[in-house]
Amino acid sequence: MAAIPALRESAFATAHRVGALVAALVLLVALVLLVGESPLAVFGALLNGAFGTWDQVGRVVNTLTVLLLCSAGLVFTFNAGLYNLGVEGQVTVGAIATTFVLRLVGEMLPGPLAITLSLVAGALGGVSWGLVAGALKVYGRVSEIFAGLGLNFIAQGAAIYLVFGPWKRPGVASTSGTEPFGEHLWLGTFGRTEATPVGVALALIGLLFTILIMQRTYFGLRLRAVGHNPRAADILGVSSARHLLSAFALCGVFAGVAGALQVVGNYHRLTPTISGGLGFLGLLVVMLAGFNALFVLPIAFFFSALNVGSLQLPLVLQRVDSSLSGVIQGVLVLAALMGRGLAQRRAGGSA
Amino acid sequence: MNVELRHIHKWFGSVHANDDVSLRVRAGSIHGLLGENGAGKSTLAKILSGYITRDSGEILLDGNPVDIRTPTDAIRAGIGMLHQDPLDFPPLTVLENFMLGQAGKTLWLDHRSARRAFLALAARFQFDLNPDAHVSELTVGERQQLEMVRLLALGTRVLILDEPTTGISAEQKMLLFAALRQLAAEGKAIIFVSHKLEDVEALCDEVTVLRHGRVVGTVSLPCPAETLVAMMFGKVLVEPAKPHTARDAVALELHNVAIRTELFDLHVPHLAVHRGEVIGLAGLEGSGQQAFLEACAGVGRLAHGTLRINGQDLTHRPYRDYLAAGVCYVPADRLRDGLIAGLTIREHVALRAPRGFFINHAYTAQLAEEAIRAFNIRGTPDSRVERLSGGNQQRTQLALMPSPLSVLLMEHPTRGLDIESTLWVWQQLIARCQQGTAIVFASSDLDEILRYSDRVLVFSGGRISPPLSTTTLTVDQLGHMIGGKF
Amino acid sequence: MSGEQILVVLATAIASATPLVFAVIGETLSERAGVINLSAEGTIMFCAMVGFAAALASGSVWLGFLAAAAVGALIALIVAFNAITLRQSQIAVGFVLALLFSDLSSFLGVPIVRIPGPTVPAMPLPLLSELPIVGRLLFSSDVVVYASYVLIAITWLFFYRTRAGLMLRAIGEQPNAAFARGADVIRLRYLYTLIGGALMGIAGAAFSLDFKAGWSFRHTGGYGWIALAIVIFGGWNPLRAAFGAYLFGVLQSLASVAQDQFQGVPTQVLNVAPFALMILFLVLTSAGWLDRLLVRAPASVRRRVLQTLRTAPPAALGKPFVQD
Repeated sequence: MAAIPALRESAFATAHRVGALVAALVLLVALVLLVGESPLAVFGALLNGAFGTWDQVGRVVNTLTVLLLCSAGLVFTFNAGLYNLGVEGQVTVGAIATTFVLRLVGEMLPGPLAITLSLVAGALGGVSWGLVAGALKVYGRVSEIFAGLGLNFIAQGAAIYLVFGPWKRPGVASTSGTEPFGEHLWLGTFGRTEATPVGVALALIGLLFTILIMQRTYFGLRLRAVGHNPRAADILGVSSARHLLSAFALCGVFAGVAGALQVVGNYHRLTPTISGGLGFLGLLVVMLAGFNALFVLPIAFFFSALNVGSLQLPLVLQRVDSSLSGVIQGVLVLAALMGRGLAQRRAGGSA
Repeated sequence: MNVELRHIHKWFGSVHANDDVSLRVRAGSIHGLLGENGAGKSTLAKILSGYITRDSGEILLDGNPVDIRTPTDAIRAGIGMLHQDPLDFPPLTVLENFMLGQAGKTLWLDHRSARRAFLALAARFQFDLNPDAHVSELTVGERQQLEMVRLLALGTRVLILDEPTTGISAEQKMLLFAALRQLAAEGKAIIFVSHKLEDVEALCDEVTVLRHGRVVGTVSLPCPAETLVAMMFGKVLVEPAKPHTARDAVALELHNVAIRTELFDLHVPHLAVHRGEVIGLAGLEGSGQQAFLEACAGVGRLAHGTLRINGQDLTHRPYRDYLAAGVCYVPADRLRDGLIAGLTIREHVALRAPRGFFINHAYTAQLAEEAIRAFNIRGTPDSRVERLSGGNQQRTQLALMPSPLSVLLMEHPTRGLDIESTLWVWQQLIARCQQGTAIVFASSDLDEILRYSDRVLVFSGGRISPPLSTTTLTVDQLGHMIGGKF
Repeated sequence: MSGEQILVVLATAIASATPLVFAVIGETLSERAGVINLSAEGTIMFCAMVGFAAALASGSVWLGFLAAAAVGALIALIVAFNAITLRQSQIAVGFVLALLFSDLSSFLGVPIVRIPGPTVPAMPLPLLSELPIVGRLLFSSDVVVYASYVLIAITWLFFYRTRAGLMLRAIGEQPNAAFARGADVIRLRYLYTLIGGALMGIAGAAFSLDFKAGWSFRHTGGYGWIALAIVIFGGWNPLRAAFGAYLFGVLQSLASVAQDQFQGVPTQVLNVAPFALMILFLVLTSAGWLDRLLVRAPASVRRRVLQTLRTAPPAALGKPFVQD
């Protein structure tokens, strides 16, 4: 009896997933035509922008490492039932903490040691910011959405203050950020590209860790229990407060390390918008993955390629802005959400 | 107005909730709709009031077919229903609740004339309601009175009441019955839905009995109770007897305890619950029973006083210490508080009995299989709990109770269950008692309280009575005490 | 600060708060009906672009407002369909739309960046604008500002003095009970979500055609999130929400005054400060801390304090209506 609805559900789900994808593509093509450009030319430019040279591939990989870390962290908070919009701020504070440590010890200690210390500092920075949101949620009953947004504003304010204030470049402060660190404080790269092996390793380990925890451990199960129903979980003996805080802390670690990578692997300095919106993009990745850590890698890879590929768009095609990547990502996630909703509605229509 | 239902059918998924139900209710009469939980009474009532739409069948008012598909259709036809859980708006005032949905000529709310109409109607039935109070401050009985006044102001000529005597005091019940008789005398048709034989016998002129969604028959009252029982259940069911318990050791002890709730502070000078003893908590809903149970379970906090489990002082200790001491709390709202919708039976079992850091799926599946077999749950280890029926959800909750168990705290252990599941649940609970578990349970079913408890605490108006032995207590006495007369 | 300075600060506050007033009233309507329209950030940004483009193309600011309102309602329709009909998470859909339409405003708005265009003409009200202080403060601006005053008053009257307003409060509170009283919950929720979206669209146009006069990339960044926070701050009451919008306006205009006073602080920090402060304010006034503080107080006192201070959200906010 149970098999038939389940079968119907999966059949509908597949049909609607394909339908949603097609609808999304049609909409995107229409938008590109609307601004008077050829979809094929745009596709070519995106592909070329992302994978045209090894340099660009390196940039895609670098973006991917940061995005993967954010997404992996968000898998914990999503499964605990949290919309952790504060992830942007956690990335930023991680980056600030990293910069702080590098400025402090960068010239005294050997490079690798300084970098390691700064990565740890980044993780701690992320955790602290995550736990502030967590404490507000658990002890202050403030929605994590607004606590997170507020903390994002504060973190961004702090970054701006530092870049234009105490840490400004000698001479005149500028939006390009602080004075770049010496090359001995840069992470090593694959050949001449910007991609860093350490970053790739951290991101992949992080993702595997997340998959393992969520699918194989009692801790992962308890997180999901709290995410579905915190009160019932409490009564069953699973402390919702402790697990919500753990989820915030774990996400904070991942986001903080992501912020650290932005500093030591990508920009080699602190910039006012150091997170680059990758935290919010991580939210989209995990939503599209249906909160399932297994699907995070391919989606994050695709989104990273879009981000890097679109940067060149305005140079190649005058009428197309680089924000196209965000439009594509948004349309895809929206279509996926609606497809899922329609499938559920069709399958559950009779019951 | 005469009401006639012809060949009503209603399916919920694969459940045939109403199977060819036909019924006639004369104007000026009170017609009982009797049946156990799950017999299809509420479904039928909701169909007549347009709250749910029938799959097929006809509705006739005074011989004319009317097509009732929405509450608006029903209101227009003069049909009003008092739902079992009052469908009102707790944050709004009584007067606002009264005005909501009333027809009016203008865009604007007319507070003054609404107040006049409300007070006049309430006075007719001796209902004492303050129009400016917030509904959240009212008892269930008062909320019922408000709904009745509101429905009558709408021009209701057919009044349906779904289990109106659950959770109200004896005085409120008398007032309700008087009002219903008065309305019937005025020529209105009253449909009284209940699973309580005594209430139907005391009030109704005619009664139709439903079982498994079908009409068993309609009889005029008075008629012998045995006839009605036979019609309701089809067979004679043996109720599990509660054996006398030896009161050796004390399992749960409260000393000079105060518990804070949103509305009042509860005090318990001293209470000792012995191993194997059953304590029933009687009272109107929201009189503090839940806060009391939560405090005993370690989920809520004591404002002061001491609490001991098996002699161990657990006052202000964290909840996990209570769990370790063998305390288990089973809340009333299974899907809101007790089980986790979205997780499977296997996952629930795993949550309760973790072993190691990594989950061994074969092991947890085996545990779940055992629980399903032992508790006769209709489902598989991978069934999500929200897809189980109410009875199977309650069985799952019982399966999740740890063993050994010192103190079991339950809210409404059999609410919404059919008679067989109810009896089965009590068999399990009594078996636990015999192993030495002390049970404290709250229920709005006074029969259940009297049948299974050794002693009763009555909650009323922010106070708790001293423990009363059930050997001498009657339902009537309990009803009056619930109304506040200790 | 001199009296003249205070007057300037307040006048700037009212001007900068006007678009927000439309947005918070719109969101309040939608949330009172039970639907969170979390897309505000994207809706306002996109409609600012649409309104400006439409006004530029047609030469009429009013057509610009109309277009913005229509597009705002259209975005709200996506929210409504997902939330009400498909019963999906309102947070997820709203958040995606917020990001999507922010980016879409940049993508489609390339041709009109920093182009001079039509603005709402100033229109001091005769007589009223002659009044001392109040006249300069309230009655010397333009139709859009006056319309925001009227909107606040009308919404309040609608909520607390009309039948339909009472039903609106009902469907966000107990939709099942409202349904039993004959309300078409689904249709009403669609209706109020669309009206709320249209008002947010107007908020966007009020930025690009009035307050900021013009459009460029991410011109209204942050205002949508602030509008959502202000609705909570305002306890879902239109008067208090409007007050929150003006408070934010005051913070903003104080920040711009402060730029002259504190030379040491980078201006960029002062631009972000009001956003951070506003949300901090929300965090500090929300109920959680209060409960802990009051736990020792006697029941009667505790109850009274909580009833006046705590503004509970509509009980069915964010939850789909399922007829059983």
